[in-house]
Amino acid sequence: MTQTIPIALTVNGRPRSAEVAAHHTLLEVLRDDLGLTGTKECCLVGECGACTVILDGRSVDSCLMLAVEADGADVLTVEGLATDGRLSPLQQAFLDKGGVQCGFCIPGQVMSAHALLAHTPHPTRAEVEEGLAGNLCRCACYEQIFEAVLSTAEAAAAADEEAGR
Amino acid sequence: MHAFAYERPATLAEALALMQAHGSAARLLAGGTDLIIRLRDGSARPSVVIDVKRIPELDPGIRVDAGRLVIGARTVMTDIAADAHVRRHFLALAEAASVVGSVQIRNRATLAGNICNASPAADTAPPLLVYDATVVAAGPDGTRRIPIDAFFVRSGVTTLVPGEIVTAIELPVPDGPLGAAHQRRTRRRGHDLASVTLSVAIGGSGTTRLAYGSVGPRPVLHVDGSGVLADASATAEAKARVFEAAFADASPSPRSMRAGPDYRLAMLRVLGARAVATALDRLAGE
Ligand code: FES
Ligand code: FES
Repeated sequence: MTQTIPIALTVNGRPRSAEVAAHHTLLEVLRDDLGLTGTKECCLVGECGACTVILDGRSVDSCLMLAVEADGADVLTVEGLATDGRLSPLQQAFLDKGGVQCGFCIPGQVMSAHALLAHTPHPTRAEVEEGLAGNLCRCACYEQIFEAVLSTAEAAAAADEEAGR
Repeated sequence: MHAFAYERPATLAEALALMQAHGSAARLLAGGTDLIIRLRDGSARPSVVIDVKRIPELDPGIRVDAGRLVIGARTVMTDIAADAHVRRHFLALAEAASVVGSVQIRNRATLAGNICNASPAADTAPPLLVYDATVVAAGPDGTRRIPIDAFFVRSGVTTLVPGEIVTAIELPVPDGPLGAAHQRRTRRRGHDLASVTLSVAIGGSGTTRLAYGSVGPRPVLHVDGSGVLADASATAEAKARVFEAAFADASPSPRSMRAGPDYRLAMLRVLGARAVATALDRLAGE
């Protein structure tokens, strides 16, 4: 018999609760129980990063954790980045720089980049490469993706300067 | 993934009781970056998974206590790599922790989990060996301290006895100058398992501790008291002789997909020379 466990967590700023099977991953629960299919399922072994979400401020592979482990946590998925139907500057930069080809890896790439910029607002190129090393892109848009992340950081720095911050 | 029961003990005593009750049907879940893969591919089929992440006695903190650095069993690689104490006294461990997997993996993977899996390729094993770490394990009969060199047996097997839980890893804070470095070789940049890992720690007294992994069933420690590796003016030939002795226990598997045995043995010598040079530089800068 499958054990189900009630969990309560915050997803994209909204409190959510679910009855989850003990052996279901956070990825499965996000997609199948909570209907958030932006987070992608791919390798399921922690190699590709398509399933990346931000858990309590840190990027994680949601295929490598059980949903019950996220009980009480604050989860941010790609669906939580846009505000009022407008893409975040980082998401827009991915489009502007041509970083999105088939698009399958992009939710994971964006979440890793989002976590990187939150911790390191002015990353070097090497820091961007390292920060995204856990995200594979089979369309090989790496250059465009790195440019998107670096240009987002530069634009934020320029805006800060303008505002005298 | 097959169905299993999930337990989340709130104390160490509760966790130990669960381990007693379920025996070999139970698996401990720390970061999960290895266990979840094994649950999915069926190579681990526990009927109970015991999540240790909310046990206060396994506190994820890193602290210095009576001349030892104590790393709680729940501490993840990201925090070890960034910790000021670790960076100051145990730089090779910080270097090893910072190359495990990817950012996403390092945000979940624990040091305790890394050593309990006892993968011969575990990045953190060589630095723990050169720093002479101790594994603290709680069991039904109390707490045991296991020297790290007596902990690893072979892939997936340690000297922990059934029912024991690792609560912390301790490293003696060096009482004199020490220069250390970690090196690894992978197939590609970015995120990959290591084909060879190696750490050295050179003390001011001339003793060099060198440890390496991924070239045999378990990581190997070699202590060189000859002073040759610690001597910046020693010739390459003299150092090569010490490396021959140090690497005598390397027996890389011919069946690995990651690299052939000849390549691994050659790379051991390259990484050894690089690590020694870096460690000597650091020792001079102490
Ligand atoms: S699907 Fe999770 S890392 Fe690939
Ligand atoms: S855009 Fe196609 S996999 Fe990255």
